[in-house]
Formats: sequence, C-alpha cells, structure tokens
Amino acid sequence: MAEASGQDVQRRQRKVLEVRNLRVHYETPTGDVIAVAGIDFDLYDGETLGLVGESGSGKSTAAYGILKLVQPPGRIVEGNVVLDGDELVTMNDSNFRQLRWTKLALIPQGAMNSLNPTMRVHRQITDAIEAHEGKQDKEELRQRVLDLFRMVGLPQRLYNMFPHELSGGMKQRVCIAMGIALHPTVIIADESTSALDVVVQRVVAQTMLRVKKALGVSMIMIGHDMGLMAQMVDRIAVMYAGKLVEVSPVETIFEDPLHPYSQVLIESIPSLKERKPLKITEGITHDPRNPPPGCIFQLRCPFVMEHCRSEAPPLREVKARHQVACHLYNDDGSLIEGVKVEAAV
Amino acid sequence: MAPPVLEIRNATKVYRTSGGFLSPKKEVVALQDYSLTIEKEPASITTIAGESGSGKTTLANVVLGFTPLTSGQILFHGQDLATMNRQQLLNYRRNVQAVFQDPFGVYNPFYRIEHVFDTVIHHFKLARSGSQARDMIEDALNVVGLHGVDVLRKYPHQLSGGQRQRIMMARVYLIKPEVIVADEPVSMVDASLRAAILEAMLSLRDELGVSFLYITHDLSTAYQVGDKINILYQGSVAETGTTVQVIDQPQHPYVQLLVESVPAPDPNIKWDTEIELPDEEILRSATSTGCRFYPRCPQRMDRCLEVAPPLYEIDGMGHEAACYLYEDEAQKAPAI
Repeated sequence: MAEASGQDVQRRQRKVLEVRNLRVHYETPTGDVIAVAGIDFDLYDGETLGLVGESGSGKSTAAYGILKLVQPPGRIVEGNVVLDGDELVTMNDSNFRQLRWTKLALIPQGAMNSLNPTMRVHRQITDAIEAHEGKQDKEELRQRVLDLFRMVGLPQRLYNMFPHELSGGMKQRVCIAMGIALHPTVIIADESTSALDVVVQRVVAQTMLRVKKALGVSMIMIGHDMGLMAQMVDRIAVMYAGKLVEVSPVETIFEDPLHPYSQVLIESIPSLKERKPLKITEGITHDPRNPPPGCIFQLRCPFVMEHCRSEAPPLREVKARHQVACHLYNDDGSLIEGVKVEAAV
Repeated sequence: MAPPVLEIRNATKVYRTSGGFLSPKKEVVALQDYSLTIEKEPASITTIAGESGSGKTTLANVVLGFTPLTSGQILFHGQDLATMNRQQLLNYRRNVQAVFQDPFGVYNPFYRIEHVFDTVIHHFKLARSGSQARDMIEDALNVVGLHGVDVLRKYPHQLSGGQRQRIMMARVYLIKPEVIVADEPVSMVDASLRAAILEAMLSLRDELGVSFLYITHDLSTAYQVGDKINILYQGSVAETGTTVQVIDQPQHPYVQLLVESVPAPDPNIKWDTEIELPDEEILRSATSTGCRFYPRCPQRMDRCLEVAPPLYEIDGMGHEAACYLYEDEAQKAPAI
C-alpha cells in the first residue's frame, strides 16, 4: 500500500467529474417541485464519494441528472456536468448514448427489476457490449462475460440462466458485472445494496470494493445507511432538501460533523456497541415547491438564528477538504461568537 | 399463576404448492417447531430477527390469525386461537394489534387521518360520547408526540412516513391491546425519524404495559429497544436470550456472522475478512433433518446433518443457542 500512495495522491487530485449548479425540477400542476436546487461537487480519480440524505432529499434525482435519465415531468433546469472534459448536459442524445456504459455506468437500486426477465443472464451483458462495440466473435464474447462473472464472484453456471432463477444478491452482482463490462470511468451506484439482507449486503459491498480497486474506477455511491458509507466511501456529501449541506472526508464527518443536519444524521445511527437514549428530531420539512427564504434546514434546526431565515448560507470550505453550508461557522471553521452547540455534541 | 398473555407452542407452518402440469409438488417449511412465551408482567419487547425467508413474517401472520398453523398451538391467556368462537376472536383481535411495515399502504388516501381513529372507536365501542372520543384521540396522539390540531384534519399524503407510523402507534394506543405485533415498523422510515417511533414503542411498554413482538431484520434498532431476542434461521430459532447477551456475545455461528456483518458506523473499523456465499440451491435444499445452517457453517460436524440440534443453555441465564458446539456447556450448567 505504502509505495503506491504517492501515485495515488497524484491521481486523487485529478477531477474526473465536475458538477456545477445542477438543478432538476419536477413539474406539478401547483408549481415545480425543486428536487435538486443547484448543487456543486467534484469527483476525483479513483475515489468513492457517498451521497447521503433522507428520502426525498434529491440524491437519486441528482444522480439521474448526471446520467441524463431524468424522465418527464422532471427536467434539468440548468447546470453543467463535465466528465473528462466533455459537457454532458448540452450534449446531444446520440453522442451521449456513446458515453453511457463506456464512461458512465449505473448500478441501479432494484436489481430485481432492472434485468430483462425474458433474456438469459449472458445476453443482458453481451447486449450492452455489442451495442457499443458492434458484432463480436462469439467465443471471445463468452470469455469476456465469464471473466466478468469471475470478477464479481458469480459461478459460471449462471451463464444461461434467467433472472428469476437468481437470488437478489446474485442479480445485484449481475448488475455490477454489466456496470463494469465496458470499463467506465465513473460508476454511479444507487442504493445498490439496500434491498439485501445484512450478510448478502456485505458480500455485494465487498465485491464492489474489490472490483473498484481492481479497475481503478471512480464511484458515486448513493445511500442512506451511514454504517455502509463508513465501510465503503472516501468522502461523504450530505444532501438535504435538494442542496448539499456538507462535503467532507468520511473520517472527519464521523468524528466532527459540522452542519446541524449532519450531526442529527450521525447521532441517529443506532449502535451495536452501546445502548443509549434515543435522540428524537422532528421531521417537519418545508413544501418542496416553495422553499422558505434563507437556509433550507431552518424549520428543523436546533440552532436557528435570525440571520438563517433571510439569507441562505453558501457551501464553502471551512477546513481542509471540508465544506459546509451553515451560518454557525466562521471561514476558518470555528464557531461564531455567542453560539453554544454543546447540546448537539 | 395466571397463564401468559401469549404462548406459542411448537408452531410449524408448511407452505405447499399444489403442483402443476410440469412442476412437482413442493413443500416449504416456513416455521418449524417454534415456541415463545410472552408473560403479562413485566411488559416486554421481544425481537424476532432474521434474514428474508427466515420465517419472521410467517410468524406475524400466524399470530395475527391471517393463516392457520400446520401444527402447534397459539394460546391467548391459555385459550387456543384455533378453537375460539366469534366473540372470543373479536376479543383476541382487539388485544393483539398490528403495526405494519409500510406507512403508506395502510391508509386509505381518500379519508382524513381522523377517520382512522373514528373507525376503531366505533368498531370497538370505545367511547360513549363525541367529546369523550375527542379527548381519547388527543391523549393517544400525545403519547406518540403529536397533536390533534396538527394532524387530524390532514390527508395521509400530507404527513411524513414517520408521522404516519406514529399515528398507527396512536391508533393502537387507543385500543389498549395487550400485545402489538410490529412487523418492520421502522424499515421504511428515514434513520433520523426512526427514534420517534422506537420511543413511542418504549412509552407504550412502560406506561400501558403493552408487550411487543418486534419483527425486524435490523439488529441495531433491536439492540436499542429490545428486551429479548429470537434469531431465526430458515424457520427455526438459532439463538435466543436477552438482546444484550445475544448481540454482545453471539454464540451460534450464523448469529456470529450476522452480527459481524452489520456495517460498523465507524470509518476506522472496516470489515477485515471476505466471506463467500454458497450456491442458492444448496442453501434452500437443506433438508428438514439436520441443521439448516450446515451448508454455510464454518464449524460444521458430521452429526449436524443427522439431527437438528436443540437449543442448548449457554450460561444458565436464559441465553440459548441451537448448536452442538454448546452441548457440553449445557450439560455442565445444571450442576452450577
């Protein structure tokens, strides 16, 4: 590990994906629901970024925005997504189709529902390969599929099976095999393990880690299980009501979460180590069509100040590699004067 | 001594497929020889945990009377569920209530929240007057940390999943049952909102003396609120004891694997070993004789294939594991 780290550090400084001011709205008769309200983040080469938040926070929509898979009534309102120098949002569909799978792959949420039930397992994979690389030699293709199987730990006998014959964990691994088939630069895994049992989840998660390491791809992992995030990712981006409220290396956010919402998130992780009194937070959020002026977390924030109701805090770097969107902190990461936050810690 | 509130004796549930044109008849043992006792005093939260297919939802269904048992008995205050008459069944349904997994599916979207309460008050004839009913509803909502003015006139879609699940708890409070079967009540609710529901369970237990059968696959919430735990593996109990005993010191090889696989919410403690899953067919074809965990067990012995191990006492304190590894200790235990 040690000798590779110098090279690793260099790789880690190259951005493969830049998301700038991405906005996705869903149209409804009573106004647009603002699902993603202008988010900015970077994904570095070889890293895994965890995108966390509660349901409805816009994390999946953000991913679909990057993949240009937002379906009507949803639409990308504005923003830029730059992948290896190519602007994706304005790219035309036929060019973008070339990038799917080869540069940008999705491992979807419900693997149960994302495989074609009428196609044998190997066809699902070869289909994607042939769509991009044209007709292939049969025997070569077969070898490629079997290599992929080996990589994700699937037995060869699955080759001719149908999806309904596989267990949930196996289907999920077929999806991983499809995701890596064309050596993409970036893989987006949307809650890829949340429907699985604990033990199976661990097997699939470890498969993903191993494959990621072997291929050196960058990954965005979307989820809500902070335990799993702690095991898998390098950095965490916390989303709340369509905005990023904190971006930080995983160790830092577990030790010292800055944003009040991140603090709630970290504290509400149930522990297997100690029984502690439960901490209750009220779950009332604003109407997503009509967010209040100022900070989006003001209705639930225990430290809300006058200032928060009028001016939205920007996401800014307050410590090394640690960004937060909160008025409680000075530019150097210290608490502003006159605020007591000990209640949360 | 009064009979326990709820006693499950050697419950077995076998699902049979009738067999079709080309498919042979199949039998799936969902629950095998399962026993459980819930005493009236003190009220407790008993967790039933296990992976999908372990039989935990089947257990909920048989306790709630949705499906009959293949063999065995469910006794409510000493009376067998299968032999109850209409009046007794109504009484049973009133005293054994359910909270389900999906806080979205249980509501009729056309009715306001108050309809949920009006229906139970009417059905079980809980109140004599309208004003008494209103007071009862307000009381029940306060127990789960809600207020009538905030929720009663709303429609289900206007509330969050956590609020809806707490309203279900309030509904149950209104009926004041003796046992609540809670089938994955928090798994569809966001982590930051789970605490409120778990807290409502604790206050129902402590203030009303309601016992819970808390069915879940999530060991960490069970660890926070559960008193006792039963871990099921393919229809039979692998390990049982107090929640703290079982999760702090798991004994059964399956439970050890399970506890170790829960991702630790600490970036400094990573999984250190890779595990392999055997093929699905081998897992499911495990015969009804012998230990069901045999195909996956790292410490398996030949005798495990012959007869399924019974529950062995680990420490003389009610901690038991169904594994031959603990046979010796169990023999020593009575001497102490």
